[in-house]
Amino acid sequence: MIFARAERRTLDIAGALALGGVLAFVGVATAVLLGHAGSGSGAGAGAGAPLFDAYILRVARFTFLQAALSTLLSVALAIPVARALARQRAFLGRVWILRLSAVPLGLPALVAALGIIEIWGRQGVVNDLLRLAGLQNPVSVYGLTGILIAHVFFNLPLAVRFLVAALERIPAEYWLSSANLGMGGGAVFRLIEWPVIRRVLPGIAGLVFMLCATSFTLVLTLGGGPAATTIEVAIYQALRFDFDPARAVLLAFLQIAVTGLLLFVLSLFGRPQDEGVTAGRAIRRFDGRRRRVTDGLVILAFTLFTAAPLLATLVSGLAADFGRLALDPTLHRALLTSLAISLASASLSLAIALPVVLVPQLAESGAAGPARLIMAGVLPAVGSLILLVPPVVVATGWFLMLRLFGETGRFAPAIVTVINALMALPFVVRVLGPAYRTHLARTARLALSLGITGRRRLVTIDWPALKKPFLTAFAFAMALSLGDLGAVAIFGAEGFVTLPWLLYSRMASYRTADAAGIALILGVLCLLLTLPSTAPDRAPERPGPDA
Amino acid sequence: MPDTAIALSDVTVRFAEKTLAFDCAIKAGAAVAVVGPSGAGKSTLFNVIAGFQPPAAGSVRLLGEDMAGRDPAERPVSIVFQDNNLFSHLTIADNVGLGIDPGLRLDAAGWCRVSEALARVGLGGYETRLPGSLSGGERQRVALARALVRRRPILLLDEPFAALDPAMRADMAALLADLVAETQATMLFITHQPEDIGRLAGEVIYVTDGKIRFHEPAGDFLARREPADIAKFLGRSVP
Repeated sequence: MIFARAERRTLDIAGALALGGVLAFVGVATAVLLGHAGSGSGAGAGAGAPLFDAYILRVARFTFLQAALSTLLSVALAIPVARALARQRAFLGRVWILRLSAVPLGLPALVAALGIIEIWGRQGVVNDLLRLAGLQNPVSVYGLTGILIAHVFFNLPLAVRFLVAALERIPAEYWLSSANLGMGGGAVFRLIEWPVIRRVLPGIAGLVFMLCATSFTLVLTLGGGPAATTIEVAIYQALRFDFDPARAVLLAFLQIAVTGLLLFVLSLFGRPQDEGVTAGRAIRRFDGRRRRVTDGLVILAFTLFTAAPLLATLVSGLAADFGRLALDPTLHRALLTSLAISLASASLSLAIALPVVLVPQLAESGAAGPARLIMAGVLPAVGSLILLVPPVVVATGWFLMLRLFGETGRFAPAIVTVINALMALPFVVRVLGPAYRTHLARTARLALSLGITGRRRLVTIDWPALKKPFLTAFAFAMALSLGDLGAVAIFGAEGFVTLPWLLYSRMASYRTADAAGIALILGVLCLLLTLPSTAPDRAPERPGPDA
Repeated sequence: MPDTAIALSDVTVRFAEKTLAFDCAIKAGAAVAVVGPSGAGKSTLFNVIAGFQPPAAGSVRLLGEDMAGRDPAERPVSIVFQDNNLFSHLTIADNVGLGIDPGLRLDAAGWCRVSEALARVGLGGYETRLPGSLSGGERQRVALARALVRRRPILLLDEPFAALDPAMRADMAALLADLVAETQATMLFITHQPEDIGRLAGEVIYVTDGKIRFHEPAGDFLARREPADIAKFLGRSVP
């Protein structure tokens, strides 16, 4: 038993509310979509057309193709980078490079897209260099190339972080033993590194594939045209440009089928393993000395690739006319709207996450009737429902429904807030779950036996110990909402303008200087929120005398 | 074979918070217990000999040869740790086979030697098993089998029994004593248990505050009643 009677009752109610609320919200959207599919309203000329026309097939094929290529590139490039970083533990600025690789995680996709255009675009550094080298045809950042560059920009650092973490979980004694035995570079890779990498690779590749297959903003800004469109972007185009709800609905179900399949495959791979037991020695690598130069070049290339778009965003942002921007009432309103929505959605996300995290632990502790057991089983799935039914799809459902009541713009802020909260939910649950589990195992029985329950327990026992994971989750949920374009784009109406939407419209109308300034503001806001929690530990790397 | 297996002269190791200095000579074939409080520098002493820790000054000579600039694998040393000696994803035979060829390319004769070594440590027939399915004592025996096939004249054991229960410690100590007698290796082992000294050691090196404070026959060390920290380590009531 880890909760007092009154606490159990509160949790039951909270769990029921979270379960009912989320299911109703997503359910309404899906039901509306189903209704549209059934009635065929708005299909117009398409009523007699075959279910999957050539356009939809092409979109589906491109979605898979770009996701597969993005995944392949990200993961294949991540292996040498991670090996080099794991091997060169004394590399100058290594900690900063690892921190840098956490930056894309917190950066809004739209801001990154702008930075990537600055570097890889027609006027960008890369093409300038290519022209200097005498090449005539510049690299085009639009279409498949641009989408791949952007996806690798986001996912290469992610894969590198996972792989470095996995390589660092290798017991320190292995490196001592391999040096003592005299293993060469090939043997170290074959016998030590590859077995570890192989174990985590399917999980990483699955995650990257999922992120790329459901990527919206990057494809919207860098893709475009029927040749380079993913399902999510096609939904948006069907609704906003063609106003063809029937096609949007069809695409939405296709998207659910695809994500459902992906989630199923992902669940087969499982999560990367937790750490093994070590004597807690400092890791020391003896195979790094001979490869210092090649490893250094690999790390340098990775650093340039990741840092360049960030620097470009900074430089072009600073060149913007901030004096005029500061007086722009549209920007004021967008900033306030975005802050309000992100605060509300982060709070809502945490409120839903608490029962999702706690009810299963309550059920595990033995105090469970059948109702509570069912709730404990279903709640975690509800927590990641948004992965199955993506934001753009939910937004489409609500858009179609609210259209029946006239003006959609009035309801947009509320809908976007809830969708953003659900988007952050899987992450929030992943941060709070393990933290709460450890905390309860450590304190629950003691607190109960001393009669510290209810609000007193929250204030004196739980909050001090869980402050950090709570703040991390809240900050991340806020950043996610601040940078989100998907849900807003579906509703994007006069009078409801968020910061990303303003940025997107400035980009679309070629007001480049303004866009750069807004991107800088948005990027800095999000990084301020996410960087403190994603930074690796400050633990000193210097080896000392081990006990 | 030279008379002196290990000779450290004025070896200095500097860490940010302290400096360690070692000076000693160990005869070939000796069995030496290295004892002393935690953090005194026992593992650092081993790291210097094995080549994991380059000294800031002084010379390390093993079997008469200067070891400056030599990689760990180029030294006549095998090392066994308290834990994680075995690569957990490789079979027992592979783990031992690494001692013959670090790239694990063995011929039939090589695999034969692996099986013989496993049989010698009482683990015949364990070839295809994974380390995870073995007890802690069995895993340490596999590590000894690997040291056996490597045939290096110096064997360093960093708390090899610390994770074992008392009955297993005694078995392991007996096996180790046999193997060392057979191979005539020079053996140093770190321990926190006075009874290991009686079982295995001919000499004792007592390390404290980053220095070798005593280096004497095991009998003399075990009979000590002062200084107080050694008396306490040996389990005597301090006057």
